[in-house]
Amino acid sequence: MKPSKRSRRYFLRHALTGAGAALLAGCDALSNSSWFPKVLGIGEHLSRVAQHLVTSRRSMAQEFTEADLSPHFRSNGTANPEDSEYQALAARGFQDWKLRVDGLVQAPAEFTLAELRAMPSRTQITRHDCVEGWSAIGKWTGVQLSHVLELVRLQPEARYVVFHCADPMWGEPEKYYESIDLEDALHPQTILAYELNDEILPIKNGAPLRVRIERQLGYKMAKYLMRIEAVESFATIRGGNGGYWEDRGYEWYAGI
Amino acid sequence: MPNATLDPMAQTYLYRRHSLLVRITHWINVIALTALLMSGLQIFNEHPALYWGDTSYSGKPALLEVKGGFPWGRQSETGARPLIEVPDKFPSWMIVPSGTWLAMGRRWHLFFAWLFVINGIVYLAHSLASRHVQRDLKPTREDWRGLWHSFKDHLRLRHPHGEEARRYNVLQKLAYLLLIFGLFPLILLTGWAMSPWLNSVWPGWVDVLGGRQSARTLHFIAAWTVVLFVLIHVFQVFVTGFWNNLRSMITGRYKISSGEPS
Repeated sequence: MKPSKRSRRYFLRHALTGAGAALLAGCDALSNSSWFPKVLGIGEHLSRVAQHLVTSRRSMAQEFTEADLSPHFRSNGTANPEDSEYQALAARGFQDWKLRVDGLVQAPAEFTLAELRAMPSRTQITRHDCVEGWSAIGKWTGVQLSHVLELVRLQPEARYVVFHCADPMWGEPEKYYESIDLEDALHPQTILAYELNDEILPIKNGAPLRVRIERQLGYKMAKYLMRIEAVESFATIRGGNGGYWEDRGYEWYAGI
Repeated sequence: MPNATLDPMAQTYLYRRHSLLVRITHWINVIALTALLMSGLQIFNEHPALYWGDTSYSGKPALLEVKGGFPWGRQSETGARPLIEVPDKFPSWMIVPSGTWLAMGRRWHLFFAWLFVINGIVYLAHSLASRHVQRDLKPTREDWRGLWHSFKDHLRLRHPHGEEARRYNVLQKLAYLLLIFGLFPLILLTGWAMSPWLNSVWPGWVDVLGGRQSARTLHFIAAWTVVLFVLIHVFQVFVTGFWNNLRSMITGRYKISSGEPS
C-alpha cells in the first residue's frame, strides 16, 4: 500500500502544479484572443442594464460636507498637458481659451471662461472614484452641461456627447477624449467645473474646464476641455470605442 | 447500523448524495470564484493599499500598503506609516492576467461576478424550492446539542462513518450556511458599494459599510475569508475520503460503508 500511496501523492502534486501552470497560460491566451474579451464584455452590458433598472435617470450621487473634503485633491493621468497650444493658453490665464460646442446642435457656439462663469452655477461636494481603486472628495463648482446644451439646442438625432481635450497622452500625438450618453449629459450633477475647493481649477486637475460625471469612474471625467461635440454615434470617432481608455480596453460604461 | 461484525462489503452501497443542479452550480462556482479571486488580486495590485472611510485621501495613513507600491512614496500625504506594511504586491502567478493589465482584469472580474450571481440565484431558487436548504442545511435541535461534541471531533479529525455520514454534521451545516447567507451576500454588497452608479440608488447607503474605501477593504477581507473556507473545505474533502467525496460531487454517488471501523 505505502509505495503506491506515495507515488499517487507524487503524481497528484505534479499534476496539480502542471494544471496550475496550464491554467495560467490558458488564461493569458484567452485574454489575448480576439473572441474571449468580447465574451467577457457581456458583463459590462449586464451591469449597465441592471444598474439602470435599479436607478432613475436622475438618481443623485452622494454629496458630502466640507468636513469630508480630502486635504489635497490628487491629480491623475495628465498633470500638465505637453502641448504648445495649451501652454500658450495657460500662459495668458486662459483668457483666449474658448469652449467650442458643435456637432448635432442647432446653434453651434463658442464660450469664453468668463461667459461660462456668468452662467448659473452648481456647487457639489462629491467623491471621485478612480478605476485604479482610490477615492478622494472634492468640492466642484461649474455650470450644468444641460444648461450649455440648452443654449446650443441639441438636434433630435443627437444621442451622445463627446469631449475633446487638450492633453496629449504620454507624449503621443493623440489627445484625450471621452463620451457619455444624454442621460448623463443632462443629469443635474453633470457640470463643467471651473473651480475646485473654492479656487480656480488648477492645471493638474484639468484647467480651465473639466467635466464631472458623478455616477461614473474618474476616467469618464475628461479634463482640459476644448470642444464638446454632439453625435449620433461615436463609432467613427478615433478608435470607435468612445474614449481614450475605452480604445485601450476599458469599459465605456464606467458605473462600476 | 448496530451489527458491525458483518462483512463490510455487504454493508457498502452508493447513494445519490448531490442533485445534478447542486453539482453543476458547485463546479461553476469553483470556476467563477477562482477567476474572481485572481482577477480581484490583479485589480488590487493596481492600487496596492487599503483604507478605512470614504476616501483614500483623508489625511490619515492607510490600513495596509505595499512597500514601494507607489512611485511617489507612501500613499498618505503625511507619509505616515500604514498600520500594516507588506513587502510586495501579489505575484504574477496569482493574478489574471499574469501581467499588469487592469482593463483585462476588470473584464474578467465583472464577467465572472455576473456568472457568480446568476449561478447563485439558480442554486438558491432550486435549493429553497426543493427544500435542500431546509432539509439538509438547517441544523436540527439535536445538531445544536451536539455542537461542542462535533467541534471536538473535528479537531481530532474524527469524522462520522456509516449512516451518520449520510447527513451533514452540524459544523458543516453552519459553515455552508454562513458562506451562502453571510459571506457571499457581504462580498456582493461590498462589491456593489464600490460602484459609483449604485451609490446613487440611495445616497448614503454606503456609509452603512463605513464608506467606499471601507467597503473595498471589507471586500478584500471577505474574499480571503472565502479562500480560508475553501482551504478548510478541501482539507475536509481529503481527510473524509477524497475519491468518495469527489465522485459524489461529479456523479452524485457517495459510498456508505457501515461496517468499516474508524
